[in-house]
Amino acid sequence: MSFRRTPLFYLNVLVVGTCGLVYELIAGTLASYVLGDSVTQFSLIIGLYLSAMGVGAWLSGFLSKNLVRRFLDIELGVGLVGGLSAPLLFMSFAYLGWFQVVLYGLVFIIGALVGLELPLLMRILREELDFKDLVSRVLTFDYLGALLASLLFPIFLVPTLGLMRTSLLFGMLNAGVALWGSFIFADLITGGIVFLRTRAILVLVILTAAMFNAKALTSFAEEGMFDDAIVYAKTSKYQRIVVTRTGMGFKLFLNGNLQFSSADEYRYHEALVHPAMSTAVEPKRVLVLGGGDGLAVREIFKYPSVEEVTLVDLDPAMTDLGKELPALTALNVNSLHDTRTTIVNTDAMSWLASYDGPPYDVAIVDFPDPNNFSLGKLYTRRLYRLLASRLKPEAPITVQSTSPLYARISYWCIVETIKASGFKVSPYQATVPSFGVWGYVLARRGPEELVPPETLPEGLRYLNVDSLGSMFKFPVDMGPVPTGINRLNDQRLVRYYEEEWRRWQ
Amino acid sequence: MNELARRDLLKAFLGAPALLALGCASRKGQRTIAQMDGGLVLRREKLGHRLRDLTLMPTPSAWSTCDVLVVGGGVAGLSAVRELKTRGIENVVLMELDENVGGTSQGGSLPVSAHPWGAHYVTVPQAANKPLIALLDEVGAVERISASGEPIMAEQHLVADPSERVFYRGRWYEGLYPFAGASADERDQKERFEAEIDRWVAFRDSEGKPAFALPMSLGSRDPRVQALDKVSMAKWLKQNGYTSPRLHWWVEYACRDDYGTTLADTSAWSVFFYYASRKKSAGASYQEVVTWPEGNSHLVNHLKRGVASKTGHAVLSVESGEDSVSVVALDASGAGEPTVVGVRARYVVMATPQFINARVVRGLSEERLAAAKSFEQSPWMVANLQIRERPGGAGFPLCWDNVLFDSPSLGYVVATHQQGPHRGPTVLTYYYPLVDSDARVARRRLLELGWEEWAEVALSDLERAHPGLRNYVERIDVARWGHGMVRSTPGRIWDGRRELAAQPHGRVHFAHSDLSGVALFEEAFDQGNRAAAAVAARMAPEAAGP
Repeated sequence: MSFRRTPLFYLNVLVVGTCGLVYELIAGTLASYVLGDSVTQFSLIIGLYLSAMGVGAWLSGFLSKNLVRRFLDIELGVGLVGGLSAPLLFMSFAYLGWFQVVLYGLVFIIGALVGLELPLLMRILREELDFKDLVSRVLTFDYLGALLASLLFPIFLVPTLGLMRTSLLFGMLNAGVALWGSFIFADLITGGIVFLRTRAILVLVILTAAMFNAKALTSFAEEGMFDDAIVYAKTSKYQRIVVTRTGMGFKLFLNGNLQFSSADEYRYHEALVHPAMSTAVEPKRVLVLGGGDGLAVREIFKYPSVEEVTLVDLDPAMTDLGKELPALTALNVNSLHDTRTTIVNTDAMSWLASYDGPPYDVAIVDFPDPNNFSLGKLYTRRLYRLLASRLKPEAPITVQSTSPLYARISYWCIVETIKASGFKVSPYQATVPSFGVWGYVLARRGPEELVPPETLPEGLRYLNVDSLGSMFKFPVDMGPVPTGINRLNDQRLVRYYEEEWRRWQ
Repeated sequence: MNELARRDLLKAFLGAPALLALGCASRKGQRTIAQMDGGLVLRREKLGHRLRDLTLMPTPSAWSTCDVLVVGGGVAGLSAVRELKTRGIENVVLMELDENVGGTSQGGSLPVSAHPWGAHYVTVPQAANKPLIALLDEVGAVERISASGEPIMAEQHLVADPSERVFYRGRWYEGLYPFAGASADERDQKERFEAEIDRWVAFRDSEGKPAFALPMSLGSRDPRVQALDKVSMAKWLKQNGYTSPRLHWWVEYACRDDYGTTLADTSAWSVFFYYASRKKSAGASYQEVVTWPEGNSHLVNHLKRGVASKTGHAVLSVESGEDSVSVVALDASGAGEPTVVGVRARYVVMATPQFINARVVRGLSEERLAAAKSFEQSPWMVANLQIRERPGGAGFPLCWDNVLFDSPSLGYVVATHQQGPHRGPTVLTYYYPLVDSDARVARRRLLELGWEEWAEVALSDLERAHPGLRNYVERIDVARWGHGMVRSTPGRIWDGRRELAAQPHGRVHFAHSDLSGVALFEEAFDQGNRAAAAVAARMAPEAAGP
């Protein structure tokens, strides 16, 4: 009687073996993404997984009745927990904080369930096969499954599907096999089979639904975003702040977007600060909008005339990080602890609208790129006009303005908007390896455009007077393009930006 | 409320889709309405009932006098007072039934934000509407006037981008028309309809007037335009081969939004007026709108400055005599029993809806009475919800105006949209017009629900797009507008009765947005200005003396 279905048994074993290893690999990969140190993480996950399998095998000894039904239920359990493992891990990382508890808990549960499977399957097949053949074939297909998984995972699954979908797909495979098993093992199942199949279908529906939402899940779950070990992660009221460690130092991400890499941030910040600061004559009062990391302020303090810096950054979690994270305070030379620095944590637009103190000599505008409407607002004509009214008549400003190469229309839209707000503009660009070619706008109200300054402070690592002039010249593929103006009631910049960056993803 | 009562309520007020959603939603652990703060506000029916119980017309113990008495403190009445004062007539008194002036442009304030209770925006006026440009300039919304006379508005007063989105099949999309999944034919029909609108935008009559303008008094009286008034929009769409359900929804949304009626009860004239009056030229985009957190009460607060207003006064009778008008009113503004007061004014401006005029103005002819009674008003429910955190949802982000496809409501606007960071607590203003063909039936349905039931309707509707929203609600207040806005049913605009009702009656003049057939700020403002100008013109020779 077993002649026809024996090959199906082996296929079942193959799937069990493949899925088991896939979940293990997913957990290991995710653990090393998030916690860094892949050797330790993989070693821990493999060890925990294998020992959990042992626990499962031991537990199988306590099951004696209705083995097929038990086996199929366990298979469904593996499908559900394993299938949802990647989404659960991402979510716990993004929202819960106790990532390790969830990680090791899941690995243990999956390992134990997988460990239950093989002994049960062997006991079921014992009735139909010679013990010698049984052991040899079952173990063969189990190990073959593991080989298949280990080859598919890095070559095909992760690059094309990503962790989230891989996990869900294999969960569906597990559940599908369980459903199928309820047909091939029908004669061995005692009791209601309909309820078992209903459960299998339910698991399949859940996993399919999750699959359809996988894109939405991954976008906030930072899948595959970080190549390096995460050393700090915090979800503030406003954004997710992540600091990762790299071979060259560390990187700061806000909502998954790179803000700086300690390896080359000096290029970015020197280019941001010095053209405006060196143009101003004896600047005393400097306004910084955004830039809660304190790195722009570090550059500003290279001018001895500076008496006061006001830094307006929405997120206290960001400025606290700039004040407290040792790696960052070393990098910004404690600029946020300087007595000349005043930190204001509020929305820059509202702050500008209500500011009634003395006008500033220079302003450095360093907001994150305009990738949503609340950030886009900070690049509107309304903001630049408000800013103008808080400055001395011919005070220079610099605005970080995204990449003129990757987002050419967005860059020139910012230039046009600043121009339309009553400024004379001098666009320029610099090369920052972590970002690529990066754009800024130097501007002031006054009779004519500013020219690059003739002098710079001592001891800069990137800028010198010779090369500065060439930064104000644009190659063909970054040159001006006609664009509209970004206004509060027509935030075309956000739409340009989204459109342009999408092409590079 | 038990589950059965709730199901019946939601079925009656939200229809099948809500009931379906209700079927899958678990209410365990959710807050009930009874646990929330809030209540019914703007309850004018209290004074209304007192009036109904009056059997004999009381006589006032004392009479006061003034040059002009304006009855009704909505936008038309306030505008009339402002215009009279600009024309040098200072001795003006305003009487209003409610505790506050503003009518359906009133606003409220919750700890988190000010918010509207009704009208909440004004379309940027075109060059021809000089009085409105001047008013908006007074409140600082105009940056400058272009060479061609068009106002250039201050950026921060225009509705901020992103302005509107629609929730369609589980996802938010930018704009109001749900393009997602629309067939080529449906897109064609939409395009063809827009072309039809543009045809009307480009139309000029023999006097060079546009077919539709804001205010409508600046538009054409050409028979080709007036012909649109005779046919309902439902019929017009059918006659012109528009079958697309999306287009029907989109146009009906406009009808419900501006007139509180369905396609079948809205004239085609009103629909083309709605779209075409908001465009400068064919192919141009629709004029932007100006808004404030507190809605149009921002303008009301400006208009009411320096106005001598008697609120809590219910006018009982208005009788035009040889050289004055005698007005009797019930003063219920104090804490005690209401008293009867009399005013003798040289002129009266009735800035009240026509059904009130039919009751209180004495000596109207049968024909005029019938005309006044022919005006119908749609009832509205407006709820303001203070919530701890803003709702998001899959797809396009939170906008100013957030519309739910397939809902009898109009969705909600976000009071804090024009300000600050786009997160944290806010106030949502939810609008629900009652569009039953018989306005009396609609009014009965409005009033048969109390605070708890209306709050349940609003929350259940919103929770289809924002599951679990009720757990974020800190307070929910409900206003029931029995006569929210005039219905622009077929014939309303050009069958003659509207113009008859606007004619002066002795020394009594009339000003109300329903006399335009369109409940818009622009119309109320124009009506008030027109009546004030007419009164001032009659007073000028009297002042000059014989």
